[in-house]
Amino acid sequence: MTTQPYRLARGGRIDRAKRLRFSFNDRAYEGYRGDTLASALLANGVVLVGRGFKYHRPRGIMTAGSEEPNAIVQLGVGDRTEPNIRATQVELYDGLSAASINCWPSVEFDLGAVNGMMSRLFPAGFYYKTFMWPPSFWMKYEYFIRRMAGLGKAPDAPDPDRYDKTFAHCDVLVVGAGPAGLAAALAAGRAGARVILADEQAEPGGSLLASGETINGQPAAEWIAAALAELASMPDARVLARTTAFSYGDHNYVQMVERVADHLPPASSPGPRQRLWRVRAGQVVLAAGAIERPLVFADNDRPGIMLASAAATYVRRYAAAPGRRVLVFANNDGAYRDALALLDAGIGISAIVDPRPDPGAAIVAEIRRRGIEVLAGHVVAGTKGHGRVESAQVMKLDGDKVAGAARSIGCDAIAMSGGWNPTVHLFSQSGGKLRFDAARATFLPGAPVQAIRVAGAANGATSLQDCLREGHAAGAASAADAGAAGKAGDAPQAEPATPDEPAMPIWIVPSVKPVGEGGKHFIDHQNDVTAADLQLAVREGYSSVEHLKRYTTMGMGTDQGKTSNVNALALLAVTLGHEVGAVGTTTFRPPYTPVTVGAFAGHDQGDLLDPVRKTPLHGWHEIMGAPFENVGQWRRAWYYPKPGEDMHAAVGREAKAVRTGVGIVDASTLGKIDIQGPDAVELLNWVYTNAWNKLEIGRCRYGLMLGEDGMVMDDGVTTRLGENHYLMTTTTGNAARVLGWLENWLQCEWPHMRVYCTSVTEQWATVALNGPLARRLLAELTTDIELDPAKFPFLSFREGRVAAIPARIYRISFTGELSYEINVAPSHAVALWQALMAAGEKYAIVPYGTETMHVLRAEKGYIIVGQETDGTVTPHDLGMDWIVSKAKKDFIGKRSLARADTSRPDRKHLMGLLAENPSEVLPEGGQVVAEVKDRPPMAMIGHVTSSYFSPNAGRSIAMALIKNGRNRMGETVHVPAGERVIRATVTEPKFFDPEGKRLDG
Amino acid sequence: MLLIPCPYCGPREEVEFACGGEAHIARPANSDRLSDAQWSDYLFMRKNPKGVHYERWNHARGCRRWFNVARDTVTHRIYAVYKMGEAPPSVTP
Amino acid sequence: MKSRYSIFSLARNALHYHRDWDQAWRSPEPKAQYDVVIVGAGGHGLATAYYLAKEHGITNVAVLEKGWLGGGNTGRNTTVVRSNYLWDESAHLYEHSLKLWEGLSQDLNFNLMFSQRGLLALAHNQHELRELSRRVNAIRLNGIDSELMTVEQVKAFCPILDCSPGKRHPILGASLQRRGGTARHDAVAWGFARAADARGIDIIQNCEVTGFRMASGRVEGVETSRGFIGAGKVGVVVAGHASVLAGMAGLRLPIESHPLQALVTEPVKPVLHTVVMSSAVHVYVSQSDKGELVMGAGIDGYNSYAQRGSEPVVENLLNALIELFPIFSRLKLMRQWGGIVDVCPDASPIIGKTPVAGLYFNCGWGTGGFKATPGSGWVFAHTIAQDRPHRLNEAFTLERFGHGYLVDEHGAAGVAH
Repeated sequence: MTTQPYRLARGGRIDRAKRLRFSFNDRAYEGYRGDTLASALLANGVVLVGRGFKYHRPRGIMTAGSEEPNAIVQLGVGDRTEPNIRATQVELYDGLSAASINCWPSVEFDLGAVNGMMSRLFPAGFYYKTFMWPPSFWMKYEYFIRRMAGLGKAPDAPDPDRYDKTFAHCDVLVVGAGPAGLAAALAAGRAGARVILADEQAEPGGSLLASGETINGQPAAEWIAAALAELASMPDARVLARTTAFSYGDHNYVQMVERVADHLPPASSPGPRQRLWRVRAGQVVLAAGAIERPLVFADNDRPGIMLASAAATYVRRYAAAPGRRVLVFANNDGAYRDALALLDAGIGISAIVDPRPDPGAAIVAEIRRRGIEVLAGHVVAGTKGHGRVESAQVMKLDGDKVAGAARSIGCDAIAMSGGWNPTVHLFSQSGGKLRFDAARATFLPGAPVQAIRVAGAANGATSLQDCLREGHAAGAASAADAGAAGKAGDAPQAEPATPDEPAMPIWIVPSVKPVGEGGKHFIDHQNDVTAADLQLAVREGYSSVEHLKRYTTMGMGTDQGKTSNVNALALLAVTLGHEVGAVGTTTFRPPYTPVTVGAFAGHDQGDLLDPVRKTPLHGWHEIMGAPFENVGQWRRAWYYPKPGEDMHAAVGREAKAVRTGVGIVDASTLGKIDIQGPDAVELLNWVYTNAWNKLEIGRCRYGLMLGEDGMVMDDGVTTRLGENHYLMTTTTGNAARVLGWLENWLQCEWPHMRVYCTSVTEQWATVALNGPLARRLLAELTTDIELDPAKFPFLSFREGRVAAIPARIYRISFTGELSYEINVAPSHAVALWQALMAAGEKYAIVPYGTETMHVLRAEKGYIIVGQETDGTVTPHDLGMDWIVSKAKKDFIGKRSLARADTSRPDRKHLMGLLAENPSEVLPEGGQVVAEVKDRPPMAMIGHVTSSYFSPNAGRSIAMALIKNGRNRMGETVHVPAGERVIRATVTEPKFFDPEGKRLDG
Repeated sequence: MLLIPCPYCGPREEVEFACGGEAHIARPANSDRLSDAQWSDYLFMRKNPKGVHYERWNHARGCRRWFNVARDTVTHRIYAVYKMGEAPPSVTP
Repeated sequence: MKSRYSIFSLARNALHYHRDWDQAWRSPEPKAQYDVVIVGAGGHGLATAYYLAKEHGITNVAVLEKGWLGGGNTGRNTTVVRSNYLWDESAHLYEHSLKLWEGLSQDLNFNLMFSQRGLLALAHNQHELRELSRRVNAIRLNGIDSELMTVEQVKAFCPILDCSPGKRHPILGASLQRRGGTARHDAVAWGFARAADARGIDIIQNCEVTGFRMASGRVEGVETSRGFIGAGKVGVVVAGHASVLAGMAGLRLPIESHPLQALVTEPVKPVLHTVVMSSAVHVYVSQSDKGELVMGAGIDGYNSYAQRGSEPVVENLLNALIELFPIFSRLKLMRQWGGIVDVCPDASPIIGKTPVAGLYFNCGWGTGGFKATPGSGWVFAHTIAQDRPHRLNEAFTLERFGHGYLVDEHGAAGVAH
């Protein structure tokens, strides 16, 4: 265990009483509660934390926030490991382990660094120009390229953690709890608005957490505490720390992710790991602060080189020294205040290098008074060091070149600042355009297009006073717009700041040699994109912003270019000789920072991915050991194997039993729609192809439903229950769609019709008895229903009691056998089923599943919509002209049937296919060819839609859609199946009881 | 995600709704007298405007009522909702 | 003639710090008159121009682009390339395209990183298995590679897929097209642009077409934001804006424009070595050479020209991802975006002539245009050059919506619409 050599003796918002052990690259360290992994590493003197993506140069910690491009680590191990974590955002916990990525065998000695030596061969887009020969070798080149890329590793086991999702609504959502955000939340809350304040950091406060300033006369930390206490006292204000608002969608819909337990040791918290907040906000105040810009100078990537504000943050907030002799390189006065913070903490400043020829603000004078050398009109033209920056080569700036002799200034860290970029990502996502503000050399939010206000540093404010004032005003105005009538109170007051002098934009810092010929000017540190890469891209014509980005990969890393985009845009403009801002910006795409996939899924995983629908008899099927098949959302019993039976044997037994005795099947999943109203029959006439006017009460009729394109959409039996009362059944998978279809026509096209449709699928359990003994069995259990076929004929309906249970019985058949579909309340389903099974024992009743049901209907040539049809099949194709009314003037789909193609006589027709070898079952989905060739291609004339071994026909049977099939009757066709070709004969699609004699038993 | 003001239920999240496409396409009365091309105009051809779109929505996971929406297909701004059978309001973006 | 790209030219240029590379394409001023004007410099438009020059010797061609070339769906898709389509008409068209892909990097002298790492389409229930079987049989008989896999074979081929039987939507089998895969989408636009430019074609960016000039039923040129440009023939290939351009020519199309969203995770080391699609669980995913998982699903339900969609679509997509790949739960979504797809009622494109003489449309590719890029350009160039469709695209007419001979490929899109 090492000590913490770079830990400052005093200060910081760390709890020195809570020592935390952690490991980095398998070495043990200690830090304190309140540290981030980055601050703890710095306190331990660890500055080399990773390697660059492309050249594998040593990299350190560049920032103190979510914009970090460099310090990307693999966190944890095993099923909880997480790749590509920014060390600056990981709160330290006891036992944390992390490791560098992009390096092998170790971060100190990385073989990949050989890439750096050959870097001249790898300019931007080099891979588009090579690896093309021999053509077959790309897959081999690619194998190695893929292994070089990729940052961290995915876990190799499922995620053991849970995630949560929630909706929230508020009047005012404030994004960012820095000074502007806190002021906004206070103002809105005081006015009576429902407020949500979200901040990505571990605690609210933002920049104030590392500030020495005072507000309302209080030190910043005390003011934060007071503000939070006041918000906590409000009835409807919610403060969410560790919560990143990451996307801004239509109609003020903001998604946020709360890292509920990431700051705790793994598995130590019972709750979810993260929570996705889906917020519908009346108004949004964006107070997301600003991100400091790096300076683009030669070799600006060595460990120890970091943003000036980050250096000050590490010192003030974490009491961790980024170095002992820090050189400051900045073009603005703000960095001088950061230098002062370092000085006050006892850290040496080797010099301040400022390209401005004559900086003269009060802060500059103060620095000089403290004995620090200010090298005005100078720049850092290069750096040296191994594993850590050791010196800076400082030269005089002369126009856009450097002049004179370089002076090497020793340092172990460089604090750089090229100005600030307001964090406008969410504003941009909201649809608002950005405008370039030349005076501040930055992009600022333009006119909003949604209910959003931008305040504070995100709006370009630089002083604390301005941030507080803007935040307060935005909060008050948002509350008022949201209808809150209360008083927002006074804006918090900071001490007046001394005015800063303007910064001097310097988009590329010259060095002795031209850019690209000595040292590397990194712009995107994560993707290793340099100024020379950008210039090359422009030279090659990739000069629109998006081309530049895509060709160089600039800003495409996990940091999405937070520190690099504006520098790149400016350099592009400078290279093209345009004004900065004239070249446009790239699109800010959600998420603001990467969000865990699991958080989006929340609880909607595994069994909760999609609801499962079970019939009331599901438990019985389970006890009987039936396998289930998924049909839509339903689970349906597939077959009921007896010991030793496979599916083939079970289905053979079941199918035989139905035709010789009696079978029982659970048909509860069929869609059922109750249709009532005086115009119900008119509706049926429109949506079905046949005529319904003459259907008597108590009678049933089969119907075929078409889309307006004339293609079969659904089928089912509809029964007239009363004068104006019908019950429609649909296929299992289409129930919701058909109900929607009816409602669509009724509400939009025929609002005059007096018809009401109600889904009753789950109000009725359906048990169907099928087979010649069905009547005898049913007769034993009912006394009030006449079962004589003359009294209760096929296609009719009776109400009565079965086994003393109130029931509706329909004489309809999907097997061609005598059949009764008994419908009872779901709560009675099991009792009915058991009564039928018990009484049926002497008839050797057999339960059968969907597979046997399919075999039986195929024996009869009955279609299944979705199997014999696929959205391209008309009633005529199915040989079902008999059900298409010629008399009706119109119905849905009628006109389409008369189109040139749809009325062709040689379309694909539904036919039977009998394999030459009766024991050979044609493959379902097999394609039919008229003429076999040695090898493909072969012209196809159709395909097998259904195919089974039929125990009742004693042979294999199949149905197929075959081009011009009705004129091919008796022809031999061929079905290639793997390496073999099966010969088959075209027949009528009827294989059992073609005359239909068995319906009455 | 859109926030859609159902004329029967008030503003609800888009996930409760299903979009039914272009509104005010009346089914031709005498379809048998139309040419294939005329019929296909009803069946398939759509305005698909870039800008204000008059479209049908169904509050499928709510009241199940259909209604009309005037929505901008570029900004997704909803200018008006109105019931079936009502005349489309004129909208100036 | 441009200097060729190769490892040797790369090394030679390295000596001069890469200062001597040519421009990949020029930025010419538009001429007053061209033989052919192509509207839309996406992959399809640029490919059309390239093949007009290469196959038909027509080089007095301008490609007009309202923004930056390749900035529409070409640069926004999930880069899947395959030809496993059900109907003969589509299979032949997409297979022709796939064959062009197979030599395209060399033909264009631009590495498109076309990676034939295979494409796995999963089946999760009996119905899907049957449909998959039908499709595989049809594809094979059309002379295209495709194979059915059992769940055991799926597990061996892609071990990180959760193939356990007790799942909500268990994997029951799959089809595999080994020649399918991915390509680097931007490179396709750039490669075609560079090659077309090398053959003398003018690519004119930031030039928006605002109208067509027509006389006696024939097109004479286009009005643009940079003035009138005369043209003997005009080919329109503007995915996401086909209806808008058609409207300028007084045409109606059976197209609706919808958002299609895509997203990538943060890059990780190679973990997924093929393309996986599932329609029941509704996601398709591959891993890019950079290491990102690249994903998409179905379209958003409403018309839009906004290049963004609704958030729940992304949630559902990621639910599906975890269902198939539970180990991806702790990866992080890095970037998401949307494109505008022009959807036809039968999920097949329209490539052909219009009622206006000399005006041709190529549109309606829906979610599946990228894979067709070279083939689409090839047949469209033929159609424009010969003023009649090639046999590969003669089924894909606008008239089919009248007579009803549709090419219904809803199943082939891999995801339900």
